[in-house]
This record gives sequence, structure tokens and C-alpha cells, in this order.
Amino acid sequence: MSLLEIQRLSLSIGDTPILRDVELSVAPSEVMGLVGESGSGKSITALTVMRLLPWAARATGRVVFDGIDILAASEDQMCALRGDDIGMVFQEPMTALNPVKTIGEQVAEGIRWHTRASRADAEDRARKMLDRVGLPSAKFPLSRYPHELSGGQRQRVVIAIACALKPKLLIADEPTTALDVVLQAQILDLLRDLVAENRMGLLLISHDLAVVTEMADRITILRHGEVMEAGDTARTLSEQLHPYTRQLAQASMHVPARARAHEVGQDNPQLQAANPLLQVAKPLLQVESLTRDYPGRRKSLLKRAAPIRAVVDVSFSIDPGQSVALVGRSGCGKSTLARMVLALDGPTSGTIRFRDQVITGKSEAELKPARRDMQVVFQDPYGSFDPRQKVEKLVAEPLHVLGKKPTNAERREMVAKALHEVGLSPRDMDKYPHEFSGGQRQRLSIARAIITRPKLVVADEPVSALDVSIRAQILDLFAELNQKLGVAYLFITHDLTVARAITDQVMVMHDGKIVERGRTSDVLDHPQSEPAKALVTAAPDLHRAIARRLQEQG
Amino acid sequence: MTVYLLKRLAIALITLVLASMVVFAVLEIIPGDPARLMLGLNASADQVELLRNQMGLNAPLALRYLHWAGGLLSLDFGRSYTYSVPVIDLVRERVVVSLPLALIALALSTIIAIPVGLFSAGRHGRAGDTIAMGAAQLGVAVPNFWFALMLIYLFAVWLRLVPSGGFPGWSAGVWPALKSLILPAIALALPQAAILARVTRSALIEVLNEDYIRTARAKGLPFRAVLWRHALRNAMIPVLTILGLQFAFLLAGTIIIENVFYLPGLGRLVFQAITQRDLIVVESVVMLLVAAVIAVNLLVDLSYAVVDPRLRSRQ
Repeated sequence: MSLLEIQRLSLSIGDTPILRDVELSVAPSEVMGLVGESGSGKSITALTVMRLLPWAARATGRVVFDGIDILAASEDQMCALRGDDIGMVFQEPMTALNPVKTIGEQVAEGIRWHTRASRADAEDRARKMLDRVGLPSAKFPLSRYPHELSGGQRQRVVIAIACALKPKLLIADEPTTALDVVLQAQILDLLRDLVAENRMGLLLISHDLAVVTEMADRITILRHGEVMEAGDTARTLSEQLHPYTRQLAQASMHVPARARAHEVGQDNPQLQAANPLLQVAKPLLQVESLTRDYPGRRKSLLKRAAPIRAVVDVSFSIDPGQSVALVGRSGCGKSTLARMVLALDGPTSGTIRFRDQVITGKSEAELKPARRDMQVVFQDPYGSFDPRQKVEKLVAEPLHVLGKKPTNAERREMVAKALHEVGLSPRDMDKYPHEFSGGQRQRLSIARAIITRPKLVVADEPVSALDVSIRAQILDLFAELNQKLGVAYLFITHDLTVARAITDQVMVMHDGKIVERGRTSDVLDHPQSEPAKALVTAAPDLHRAIARRLQEQG
Repeated sequence: MTVYLLKRLAIALITLVLASMVVFAVLEIIPGDPARLMLGLNASADQVELLRNQMGLNAPLALRYLHWAGGLLSLDFGRSYTYSVPVIDLVRERVVVSLPLALIALALSTIIAIPVGLFSAGRHGRAGDTIAMGAAQLGVAVPNFWFALMLIYLFAVWLRLVPSGGFPGWSAGVWPALKSLILPAIALALPQAAILARVTRSALIEVLNEDYIRTARAKGLPFRAVLWRHALRNAMIPVLTILGLQFAFLLAGTIIIENVFYLPGLGRLVFQAITQRDLIVVESVVMLLVAAVIAVNLLVDLSYAVVDPRLRSRQ
């Protein structure tokens, strides 16, 4: 008997159809993976089960949970189900908790509401639940506030809230997408254990095929609000019968074709000597014993707080045209390091040399030439454009660092060229950012980055907000521009598949220090340091996950 | 937390000192000789000079400021030029009218505004919201003196429930005194409530879009419980800010309503003192109001920290 049975579920918001004839079921102690790209209707499906839909949504079909017809249930019935028999975990742990209530209050609230337990009893149960999710009372008393916890810890609190009353069904909507790989692995382990302990059904929603493959017994693949394929995870992904399933799987494992001339030269001194072209390579960027301290939080009026050391004595260099990944867990200092490389933040000590010029401690005017040769691509293609400006102006933004101001015609010419290079049409120049999709917008930010013909592009998680198929295209674009323009990259990412796909070298950062550096394939296949090993072990890998599933099933 | 508190306190004190300098300086600059005014047009120059010396008006500016400020600290505000009584007595008489009036009006405004804001935000975009916000718009637009006259007509003239004006003094008993403050308090509270309701509503609507509201709903709390338990407290910061501003206004800016109801409040005292060039009264009352506003702002700042734990730890 299924715990949750969704039959022919169709849903529209206003006149826009969102779901069409969705079928899905979850059995007790089963993990069902719901996979799809953004806008495919995964979250709306989950919210339908919770009946927490937007006001204007209209659903038809049948959703039966434990014998209760969800679509026909009264609001009171739904309130009794939510938080008691059905728990839900959301994507963004940083904002999922009420900032003005303690974690104890927030976990105990649902318990008190549903069981009418006394405050003391409810707090007792909340305490046990927090212990269970890995937040022991010594370090995490009930009186802690959410802002005193990290993202991973907050997600544990959210899981404690959702599982406090041992629900029959847990819905987890991208529960680990905002976390780094090590935390992701921990949270997934926790979810797996909770499923096993309580015979709980888990509906795991994710865009990440590898995560779902590791977790789910069966998967349902959703696209544009319709189920493309559903079935046993291992079989579905190993056979890849449906073209869309194959497309998704291939995109997840995509590696852009790159000629690795640079690497060959570096690894082979004889070849380097023989080829004068490779010999001229003086480092493009040289970072020498860079340190950045932030003032710590003051505990008393009299004592000065110890500084927080974000980056500690970091040295490295990047050659022209080289593509280097900077990987590490969240909070390890990689973004601080990137900000200093871009001269957006000054170091506490140490120097950065770019094209043989020291750029640390320089004024804005002195930095102008360096800025021209150094550009940046950010993670969020939605947030990094002014919505009221046309593409021409947005892409032309960095041109003000040029020595000579281009004429209007020259400017349009340059923008057209940059757009062409990133695979957009020069005609797109007169559009506004909202007229583009997420992937196209990331192309726009790449166009903006290359318009000044930079020698170095710093890319901060440039593909982590994108769907797998779009991500593959953008990675291809990065690879192509690397070849064509000879631009060097510093890729900041916590996603090892990205590092593997597109970089020659990897630097592993941990607690503000670079603990390992080497050829990408060497570091990722044979990590030496503990932090690197932890990252590699935790990273979900589709090949490995499928192989393991098949092996388990014989 | 202590750091936050001390910082706020220090800022409040500095503001108070700067404000006192400004108040003193401005009243020094404006024309009109209080000594001449007190003695009338027929006084000789010698008499005026004598009085000026007596009043200390000939001393250097800095000295006079220090003397004045020192007096303020010991609640010695000097003597009124026109009434020849200690300013503190005049002020005391008026504060016992103005302060209760402001407090009643503020309480009324809050009691009306918060439920209306909750009601409207809970029905965002639906008929109830539109009607409530239409009413609030009307409340902002209606001039309070006209509204006050309508209240007098209805409750005092027609229904004869309360007096139409004047203040019997607290010595006449608490109830008669309160009765004469009810209508002016309502007249003052209504426009304030309308503004506050709109602020409460928009703050709530913003909070209702937050992720943690969804988390609370997923716990099984009904929408109404989510609104009260999770949304309201998070929406309090803008509401408290407006409340602080409104209290300052209600304390000092009530001269029109005081005139309509013939109430002997602070507003009328300042107004009269200005027309009579009774500088010492003006200075004292203005300083008192400044101190009250600064104290309220300090209170609002501290209440932020009570509402939001993040402010407590972040300094």
C-alpha cells in the first residue's frame, strides 16, 4: 500500500498551466526521488501535498495520503496533518527559521501544537530531537537563536522541526542545494537514518541526479510539469531509455573538450624548453603570503577580541591562459581570497602582483589598468544585473576602465562582438535582462567579463545556480573562450565536477590556508590532505552512485 | 548587549547636549529684548539696563549657556518673564495634561492600528483589506480639528456624555479629568492609527513572504496563529519606529487640538510664550520636549533589541 498516491494531478496558477497529469507514489520507508530542472514543477508538487499552494492555484486530480483525500480535505484537517504526519524540509536553511525565536521554541512549537503537551514536556522532546539530528545540548542549548548557527546546523534544526513528531512522510525540497558537499553528505546520511529508524517515506526533490541516485529507491523525472519517466533508480539511469533521462544524465557528467596545451608544457620541462612559446610564460598572477584578518566579536568592553583569520599566509601563482580551481567548504576563505585578487578588498599583509605590477595598497586610479585585464563572473545571473538597463549598457559597463573612451559606434561594435562570442545575437543588445533565461543571463555576464579582453577572469560559483543542461553549455563556453582568447581562469567552486570539467589545476583551501595544490585529475583522484579527501569522498558522483546501486541489487 | 546599550545611551546624551546648544543659540539670535518687554514701553534705558543686569542678560554668551544648562540639570528653569513665577511650576501644570493625553492617544492608536494591520495583511488583496485600507486612507486625509468638532457635536452636545472642552484638573477627581481627555485623545489617535495601520500591514505583508513563515505553516499552525506568533514580532521594527515618532508628535504637536478643546497643555504654553517673547519659558519647554523625544528614541532603540535577538549580539 502506498503512503502517498498522486494520480493525474494537474495544476494551474491563473491561466498558466504548471503541472499536467502527474503520477507519483511513495511507500512507507521508501525514498522517492523527484528530479527535474528549474520550473519543472517539483516544488509545486511538494506544496500540493502540503496544500501550501499560492492563493490563485487550482489543482485537479487525486492526491491521497494515508487514506485522506488531500485536495478535498478541510483546512483544519490539513493543519492536523502538516507537521504531524507530513513533515517538510526546505532548500534555504539560512532563511527557513524565524530569526526572533530560539531554536528550542521553534522545535517545541509543533510538538505542543499537535500533542497539547506541556511546555516542559515539549521542550524535553525538542531537546531529544535536536540531540538526534546532531546538535548536542552542550554546544546547542534550546536557547540558541538561528543567527548563532551555521547553514548546515540550521538545516539540522529544520529537519528536527519536520521530524519531531515522527511523520509518516517527509518531503525534502532541495535540502542540501545550499550547502557544501561535506555538509550535504552529512545531511543526506541523517535523512537516510531517519527513514530507516521510523519507517518514514521520503520524497526527495532535487535537480542533482547524483544526489538522488545515491538516495532514492525509485525516481520520477519531471519536465515542464509532466512526468517523463519513472521507475527503479538504478535501472532507469543505467538503461536511460527515455531521451530526456539520457540528456539529463549526460549533462550531469559533461566534460568540455579542451586541448590541454598549457598543462603539457608545464609538466614536461623538456617540451617547455623546446617550445619557446611556452617559455615566455611569466606568471600572470602572483600571490605572496597573503593574510586577511577581520576584527572579531567583542565579548567584553575591556578586552579586545581576537581577530578572525579569513585567509592565512596564502601564496600561489597563475600562468597566462591557465585555468585554476579554488575549492573548499563554505566559510574556508575562498571568496575573501577572490575579493582580494580582484582588489575589491585589501589584505592585512602580503602582496598580490598582477602582470608584474603590485596591486595591493593601490588607489582606484592606479588600479585602472589592472581592472581592465581582470574581470569577474558571479554566481547569481539574476542578481547581478540592473533590471532597468538595456543589455548594451550592462555589457559595456567595464569599458569605463579603458584608457580611451570608445565612441558610441565603437561601443556598439564591441558589445556586438562580445555577445557573438558568448553565443548570443548582437540583436539582443537592445533587450532588457528579464527577457533572457537564467543560462542566457549567465552568458551576458560572461560577455560583460570578456568585453575588455581581460587576461584573467575570476568566476565565483559561475554555474551552481544553473540547471545541468545549461550548466554543460556554460562550461563549454568557458572552455571555448579559454582556448580562443587565452584568458586564464580562477574558478571558485565547491563543486568538484565543475573543477574536473574545466580546470588544469586545483587548489584546496581549508580554514584560510591552501592545503593542497596539484593537477586537477591528480588531486581529485588521489587527494593527499585530509580536507581534500573529505571533499572528494563527500562529492556525489553519478557514475559511482549508479554502479553502487547496480551492485547492491546484484 | 551592554555594548549596544551603552552606545545608544552615549549617542542620546551627545544629542541632548548638541540640541541644548542649538535651542539656546537660536533663541539668542532672534530679535526682541525680554527686559524691555517686561518693563513695558515707558521704561527708561537705565531701568532696562538694571533689569538686564539682574537677569544676567549682559553676561558672556558661553557663561549664560552654562548657567542655563546647569539650571536645567537641577530642574531650575528660572522664572518666567511674563508671569514672574518659576518656569517649572508652569510646566508642571501643563505636563499633567499633555502627558496623559499623549499616552491615551498613543494607546488608542496602537489598539486600533495593530489589529487592523493584522486583519488587512491576512486578507492581502481581498475585499476586507481594500475596505480597511480605504478607511485608513480616509483617516489620514480627514483633518483632526474637523474630526474633533464632529466628536464634540456628537458626544458632548448631542449625547451629553462628556464635557465639550476645558480641563477640571486632577484635583477634581480622576474620572472627571479623564472624561475631558477622552475626546481629544480620540481626535488625536485616529489619524495616527490610520498611519500606523498602514505601516503594520505593509511590514506584515513583507514578513509573510519570508521562508520561515512557510516553515511555520509546514508545522501545522493555522494561518492565524502564524500571523500572530511568527509574523507580528518580525514586523515590529518599523511599527516601533513610527510609534516613537508619533509619541513625540503627540507630546508637542497638539496645539490645534488643545485649542479646539480649550485644554491647558504644553503646546498652548509654548505658543503663548512665543507671542509674549517669554524666552525662558520657550527655551525650557523646548528643551523638555527635546529631552522627551530623545528619551523615547532611546526607548525605541532598546525595544529593537528586545524584539530582535540579532541586534543584541551584533552590538
